[in-house]
Amino acid sequence: MIDISESVMQFLLAFIVVGPLIGAAAALLPAPPGLKGKSPDQAVLRHGVTVTGAILAAAIVLTLGFDHDHPSKMQATTDISWIPALDVRLHLGIDGISLPLLVLTALLTFLCALYSYFRMPAGPSPKAFVALLLVLESGTLATFAVLDLLLFFLAFEMVLIPMYFLIARWGGEGRQPAAWRFILYTLLGSVVMLLGLLLVGLKAGTFDMVALATDNGRDITTSVQVIAVLAIGIGLAVKTPMWPLHSWLPDAHTAAPTVGSVLLAGVLLKMGTYGFVRIVMPITPDGMHILAPYLAAFAVAGIIYGSLACLSLARTGAKGDLKRLIAYSSVGHMGFVLLGIATMTPTGVNGALFANIAHGLITGLLFFLVGAIKDRYGTADLDTLAGATGAALYGRAPRLGGLLAFAAVASLGLPGLAGFWGEMLALLGAFQPAEGLSRPAFLTFMAVGAFGTLLTAAYLLLVVRRVCMGAKPAADQPALADIQTYEFAAWTPLAVLTVVAGLWPAVLLGLTDPAVQKLLAGGKS
Amino acid sequence: MTVAAAGAANLVQSVDWAAIAPPTIAAVVALLVLVADLFVPKERWQVLGWTAIAGLVAAILALVPLRKGDRSTFCLTTDADACSYTADHFALVIQFLVLGGALLTALLSLNDTKERLPAGEFWFLLLSSAAGAALLPASRDLATLVVALEVASLPAFALVGLKRGDRMSGEAALKFFLSSVTATAVMLLGVSFVYASTGTLHLTEIAQALDDVPAQLETVAKAGVALTLVGFAFKTAAVPFHFWVPDTYVGAPLPIAAYLSVVGKAVGFTGLILVTVIAFPTYADVWGPALSVLAALTMTVGNVAALRQVSTRAWSAVRLLAWSSVAQAGYLLVPIAAAAYSGDDQIGATVAYALMYAVVNLGAFAVAALVARTHPLNRISDYRGLYATRPAAALVMGFFLLCLAGLPPGIIGLFAKVTVFSSAVDAGLGWLAVVMGVNVVIALYYYLQWTAVLFRTPEGVPVAAAEGVPARPATAPITAAIALTAVAGVVLSGYPQLVLRFAADTLF
Repeated sequence: MIDISESVMQFLLAFIVVGPLIGAAAALLPAPPGLKGKSPDQAVLRHGVTVTGAILAAAIVLTLGFDHDHPSKMQATTDISWIPALDVRLHLGIDGISLPLLVLTALLTFLCALYSYFRMPAGPSPKAFVALLLVLESGTLATFAVLDLLLFFLAFEMVLIPMYFLIARWGGEGRQPAAWRFILYTLLGSVVMLLGLLLVGLKAGTFDMVALATDNGRDITTSVQVIAVLAIGIGLAVKTPMWPLHSWLPDAHTAAPTVGSVLLAGVLLKMGTYGFVRIVMPITPDGMHILAPYLAAFAVAGIIYGSLACLSLARTGAKGDLKRLIAYSSVGHMGFVLLGIATMTPTGVNGALFANIAHGLITGLLFFLVGAIKDRYGTADLDTLAGATGAALYGRAPRLGGLLAFAAVASLGLPGLAGFWGEMLALLGAFQPAEGLSRPAFLTFMAVGAFGTLLTAAYLLLVVRRVCMGAKPAADQPALADIQTYEFAAWTPLAVLTVVAGLWPAVLLGLTDPAVQKLLAGGKS
Repeated sequence: MTVAAAGAANLVQSVDWAAIAPPTIAAVVALLVLVADLFVPKERWQVLGWTAIAGLVAAILALVPLRKGDRSTFCLTTDADACSYTADHFALVIQFLVLGGALLTALLSLNDTKERLPAGEFWFLLLSSAAGAALLPASRDLATLVVALEVASLPAFALVGLKRGDRMSGEAALKFFLSSVTATAVMLLGVSFVYASTGTLHLTEIAQALDDVPAQLETVAKAGVALTLVGFAFKTAAVPFHFWVPDTYVGAPLPIAAYLSVVGKAVGFTGLILVTVIAFPTYADVWGPALSVLAALTMTVGNVAALRQVSTRAWSAVRLLAWSSVAQAGYLLVPIAAAAYSGDDQIGATVAYALMYAVVNLGAFAVAALVARTHPLNRISDYRGLYATRPAAALVMGFFLLCLAGLPPGIIGLFAKVTVFSSAVDAGLGWLAVVMGVNVVIALYYYLQWTAVLFRTPEGVPVAAAEGVPARPATAPITAAIALTAVAGVVLSGYPQLVLRFAADTLF
């Protein structure tokens, strides 16, 4: 949109990846004079807001400087040799697929930092909190920006330690086992993924994603591709998470502090699906072709499983935790993303990428809202909240209730909001899957997936009815604070973007489509 | 010898003194310290320690002129290619590793020799052992190899048992001694069988001779190969020859445990690499599968045992490090096993991993030595809240542990594991890679648990620190050791090529 010289773009991208790391180191040092603020805690939280804000600004400038006429081209690329022995190169670059995810990460982390500035989760000192948040941001951004398989793995691993500590130190009830489960599951997955990446790299002779994608798996035999897809796929599927490898997710979400849940659902899960699109699909297309129907089957199983789990949690008397419910709904939503990817068509993959972003915005917002409700009521237990007739949030805190209803409706995929397009395109892709994939199978998957949207609508509306509606509260109940200014500031961008993406999907699809076409065609654009 | 007729002059092999300088300097300084011990008054015994350290530094510096890696000496006068001592890149890297390891051990021991250990004997033994360890990677015939191995391990027995009046220390030394001597005997038997069937002791000539062993001697040759390997497997503490490790580490003075875990292990590996890759490539189809099974067993047993350590038990920290060192030995064996399938280029991965492990493990032991000053029992629970009392030490320890686990920010640990993985995948040992993958996850659990303990809030009010034990500040040598390893670890994490380049080229 605006013309920025290539070297500035390179610098911006490198800054986006490295900046948070430097910020994290700085957060551990004592504040310099002049920036001491009211107290050390306040100073370091402010530092977090400043750094994430700077990164977000850089990401926005990068978006403005991005050549929107050629989104399939890698831009702002840096390519320096780092470890010649392993042929690892510091190869960074963005195209239409990674740019939206990069901006989403920068935005969500900034909003989380802003939210914590006003509402620091209970736990040890904020110093470590801010440092871990920044390392987490760096790892996530690096995952979307690197173009080297081993570097991708490094970035993928980098988020584990900060997230573990965020859950284990600042989390709620049952945080220790939940944090352990999160890290052991993901690590087991990523070790298997490393083996797959090494197999691909050693057989093809390079770890460079761009070169590998251009080769389109020509140098790798089909049997090796199948093994590689299995290995890499397991690692990514744990992260995504794909049913039945999802069981770490509900606990981690329930135990994590609000910002932890927001980042976990908003961006960490996307690392898995991004890996499928960026690595598995273009680099090992033959293997993916063979395994795609299975992936799709697991995906729709996840859709149904997630929705049914949510429905059972939403029932009266089920003692369902709202955070756990949203977590299970993520399993369902990510199922749509995986289904879109498994179709291996431009329509489906574009839908998947769109659903990725939409899920990040909407579920991020939902976790913020549920966190706020938990803060106000002291519990997220649906039965305690709802009482006999319902929590009556519309009456007690109308703005909070309204926003919750908005997010729930967006999440169930109401046309006109962001949640709609991704799931619709994913199902549409399944209607006409790529050549060579069994159409009847995918038609079945489509039908089952469509049924899943109905279930999704059912449980979300049930939640809205039980939380937002209800009998007029008795006069003796304490007043409930409505949305505060800082909450308003942290949530508005998400709500606005949900509407924008819903009304004007071309903004995103225009970016992703050319890049997806190129990846599917094997770099022959 | 057959060349006796050729005349006396031809029998004398030429000696390249510069090439053999590193082990020689260590040995000479060892003798010097032993003699000086008689004349130096007791209150000035620290001088001995500093002399030993200076000697080790000099030995390391003596490696610099050899860096081209093309020297060899003690060659046969009849065959210039068969040399007993070769300072190639492999030898130089391992020499750097063992001398550096000995140097860090010396830094850690300076305090103990002031208080608990007899100074003169200690420094003599340490330097002799280091001299043997430095000789081993360069030796290229079986006799020198065995002699070097014994020079490296005999002083180690004494070092383990050096804690005066400590029953556990004596018991540990005895256990170590008996099992080690058995292994040496087995190995010597194997060496003699190999000599009997090939008629030579030089590794390169053995390799040629083993190709066409007369049919009636084939069984002897095979038995010889197997027995020799068993001896070295013991030195590396590979399962099932690992049982001496935990008790020995716990009984030994802490710096010596660190020394054994790094230098002792390096010695075993070097010997194993030399005999397998250089001398016995003919039998690769025998030792390849054997070593891969051994590797899988070693890492699994080590990790499972480390996982079962109870954090409140006395010396659990050292015990955990001991078991984890058994597990790490398993990872180190993987590339050697892979070399049986796809050529000796894989050895570089072991070397790179060993360098990483040396830096990180010595660092972890250095922090353990620091903590042991206030908590002599060295339980893992003693590390609780270390971040509150010594933030820098806690951060560094967390870094070392994550390096051992192979997770960012321990980037060097991660990439060293990646090279090992890639050697296994490259050699088609997929199952071993998967076993190792599972082990990495198991290991992560206990490393991360320990890391998490460091940053927990301290239990209760630190009453003991306030009243009973006075807070003992870190001494300069321990701080220097920690700083040295930490800087090395961080630099390597930023630029892993420094050690990983060994994984890329041929070292021999």
